[in-house]
Amino acid sequence: MFIRLLLHLLLLAGLSPLLIGVITRTKAIIAGRRGAPLWQPYRDLGKLFRKDMVLSSTTTWVFRAGPVVGIAVPLMAALLIPFGAIGAPFSFSGDLVLFVYLFGLARFFTVLAALDTGSSFEGMGAAREATFSCLAEPTLFVAFIVLARISGSFTLDTMFGTLLANNLQTVYGVSLVLTAICLFIIMLAENCRIPFDDPNTHLELTMIHEVMVLDHSGPDFGLILYGAAMKLMVMGTLVVNFVMPPATGHLLLDAGLYVAALLALAAGIGLVESGMARLRLIKVPQLLIGTSLLSFFALVLLLR
Amino acid sequence: MLLYAAIFLPFAAALIAVLLPSDRLRPWLIPVTALIHFSLVLQLTATPTASAGSLIGLDALGRFILFVVSLLYAACSFYALGYFRCHADWENRIFITALLTFPGAMTIAAAAQHLGLLWVAVEATTLLSAPMIYYNRNRFSIEATWKYLLLCSVGIALAMLGILFVGYAGLHGGGEQELLLDRMLASAPLYSKPWLRAGFVFLLVGFGTKMGLAPLHTWKPDAYGEAPGLVGGLLAGGLTSVAFLAILRSVQIMIAAGEQALVRQMLLALGVLSLVFAAIFVIRQRDIKRMLAYSSVEHMGILVIGVAVGGVATYGAMFHVLNNALTKGVLFMTAGNIHRYYGSKRMCETQGALTVLPYSASLFLAGFLAITGSPPFAPFMSEFTILRGMFAGGHLALSAVFIGLLVVIFIGMGGTVLPVAMGPHMEEAEEATDYRETPLTVASPLLLLAAVLCLGIYLPEPLRLMFTEAAKLVEVAP
Amino acid sequence: MNTPPNLILLFVILFNFFILGTSRLATCIRSVALQGALLSLLPLFLHTSTFHTYLLAGGAFILKGLLMPWLLFRAIRQVRIRREVEPRIGYIPTLLLGALTTAGAFIFGDRLPLLPAHLHSLFIPAALATLAAGFLMLITRRKAITQVLGYLMFENGIFIFGTLLAEAMPFMVEMGVLLDMLVAIFVMGIVMNHINREFSTLNTEQLSLLRE
Repeated sequence: MFIRLLLHLLLLAGLSPLLIGVITRTKAIIAGRRGAPLWQPYRDLGKLFRKDMVLSSTTTWVFRAGPVVGIAVPLMAALLIPFGAIGAPFSFSGDLVLFVYLFGLARFFTVLAALDTGSSFEGMGAAREATFSCLAEPTLFVAFIVLARISGSFTLDTMFGTLLANNLQTVYGVSLVLTAICLFIIMLAENCRIPFDDPNTHLELTMIHEVMVLDHSGPDFGLILYGAAMKLMVMGTLVVNFVMPPATGHLLLDAGLYVAALLALAAGIGLVESGMARLRLIKVPQLLIGTSLLSFFALVLLLR
Repeated sequence: MLLYAAIFLPFAAALIAVLLPSDRLRPWLIPVTALIHFSLVLQLTATPTASAGSLIGLDALGRFILFVVSLLYAACSFYALGYFRCHADWENRIFITALLTFPGAMTIAAAAQHLGLLWVAVEATTLLSAPMIYYNRNRFSIEATWKYLLLCSVGIALAMLGILFVGYAGLHGGGEQELLLDRMLASAPLYSKPWLRAGFVFLLVGFGTKMGLAPLHTWKPDAYGEAPGLVGGLLAGGLTSVAFLAILRSVQIMIAAGEQALVRQMLLALGVLSLVFAAIFVIRQRDIKRMLAYSSVEHMGILVIGVAVGGVATYGAMFHVLNNALTKGVLFMTAGNIHRYYGSKRMCETQGALTVLPYSASLFLAGFLAITGSPPFAPFMSEFTILRGMFAGGHLALSAVFIGLLVVIFIGMGGTVLPVAMGPHMEEAEEATDYRETPLTVASPLLLLAAVLCLGIYLPEPLRLMFTEAAKLVEVAP
Repeated sequence: MNTPPNLILLFVILFNFFILGTSRLATCIRSVALQGALLSLLPLFLHTSTFHTYLLAGGAFILKGLLMPWLLFRAIRQVRIRREVEPRIGYIPTLLLGALTTAGAFIFGDRLPLLPAHLHSLFIPAALATLAAGFLMLITRRKAITQVLGYLMFENGIFIFGTLLAEAMPFMVEMGVLLDMLVAIFVMGIVMNHINREFSTLNTEQLSLLRE
């Protein structure tokens, strides 16, 4: 129990920036560049944590609470899900609702922090973030319902457990594949990746997430970036678990397989981002609703 | 053999029409083909042929519908001569080819003993009539053609689905896996009921669109309004009869499967709805051809009500198919004449036709009296028979509604027809066209109206027998 | 559930959603063609490999997968219309309606008794869902060409159901079905050309001269 808790936190804290590094590196290679080294995100974070912080005089404690909640939430959420064959440290019936709303909480605080600056620019980003997450949430829930129905359990540990890969071969296969696709798209949307948002852009009219954190600096900004990386890893874990083999019995081997799968996923995200352009803003809701319809369809297929 | 001749003759004529270089000679093919076709059909109806197990054959229903269609076509063919003389300078190759193929497709539909073949033939009539509706080549006619084509294609696709459903019902029942009508009738009691019912609904909606039953009639006013009068008559009299035949085929199967209740409910609902729609839209209708279209919706409603009521009303419905076809021919052709003279089909611009077009206008007036069921004419007899069937079946409320709606439609149509025929003539409209009535454009409606009048006074025994036999096949036992 | 026909049908249903949601006309045409091409594989999996089966599959592939898109692309080129679909109601409402009808198709499909061989297959729901999607396309899109696409989807839905019965129906009828469809599209193509010539647009909202 304690070992698993430690392993979870260590994996999450240690590995998440690497995923960002892999994504940027993949994109660089596809674009024909050498790209930054894989550990560049670690360096960036270190640099940010060493910096001083500038706070606007109009901001209150809410502004500072945003980044803190932003990093606390993925840490907590990660404890509810299994990392490959490594089971979740905490698990209880109905924890999927907690999982979804933990991220809702984080978003709430990010949006509040953005509004707290009093800048209309950041308010615009907050509005977009709120809209799109509203549209993304049903998909997540329907996908969870599908998995709950298949596994017959309401704990994330069982739902995303290693039996998932076995079920791919059975009657549930089609629903599972559709759900996996939905979760992948939701992962992209929630983590502001292309085609929903471009993490590299700083053009006012197109930004969603980046615009909300413009006023954060120094360690606070570092917390935000770190939290975002962890969130990517947590959501990525949900997708990766669809293909993870059953436990080998050897903890380190399990962890190694999981890490390899996660890195492969990061490379996959890099490929997607290289191959696609960002969607026009009005198309984003359309894609998100299409995704929820897809998950809904997976549910219908399952129920018949 | 005769039947095959009747099928291939129109196609051969169409081929000649395509190859014939002269626009002036081509129209002559129409009456020649029509008369030969009609004489073949007469011989066919005189000598009943058994048709067990083959794709094509004439049973009582098919024979009867074929007779109606061929008679109407033959009568209209002379009018076509006059029509093309008025438009001597128009390109008519496509139009005449389609017009010549039309009876061929309808003959196949009437003779089809296989649901798939029936479907193909009905679809073919849809496609063939599209270029005929578009003959005037203006914005209005293209709009009408597009709506007609799209709605009817979708309808006919639904009918296809209905056929497949019925086929699956047969597969499920373990019966013959074929769509041959006589085998289906034999094994219908074994059919899977849910599939059969769903299939019937699709068939009714699909062929009902083609027939123009409300609320699927929306293409009708546009198409009839914009098509030349000749085509309007053929569509309203011939094509609708063929679509009615297709519905009757599905009714036959349903009856054989013992599903009379659903048939009756559906037909009754659509029939009464058609009457209601027609009554609403025919009042203060300013356009004479659109008014005729709504009248056509009304009569389609009467036909299905007749079948739904059953008993003697079924016989009345069969009789009414013939009457409706002939009278609609009169009305559309004379309306076409009036339209051509005034260059308009709006009521306010076509008043006083009786003074300038004495024959056409009086025929139009008489046709109006006939179609609304005034006594000496045959539609009165058939509508009265249907009413008698209702009383015999004890449907008092239905008959009250029926009579009420017919009266409303009579008044509504009268409000349009009477000013057109007898209103004060407007002088300035005179120089609009140089159209004059010719024997050719008047003879056809005159002939048809005479037939309608004769049938109202005396019904020949062979015809009565034909109706009775046809009615026997689709009798919904009361 | 994981048999090849079911997977094909699954993709067909997903294509329905994609077609309802996409805004580009060319993508729409390609997707409808691809849907038809996918469907033409169905007889190969469903029936014994006779000449009849190959003819049906080949005919469907050539007509639905090659000829239709070629005709429609030609029509687009000739009339130089805008490349957008121009929906009457938005993409999202159409998608939602599509989802509702698809769910309805599944419910309705389950109520009908199936032959043992067709149990647990997607044939009935897929056929009904594609029909409904075609219907939506017909109702909610403005352009004449998208209405034709809707009609094609409609026909695809019927084809799905027809494959179940292909062995029970004689040759000529199937060919008649395919051929009729070809001719229908051909005639519609001609009429579209004339609409364009008269109104210099293919927008069917212009077609509102005739009304009460």
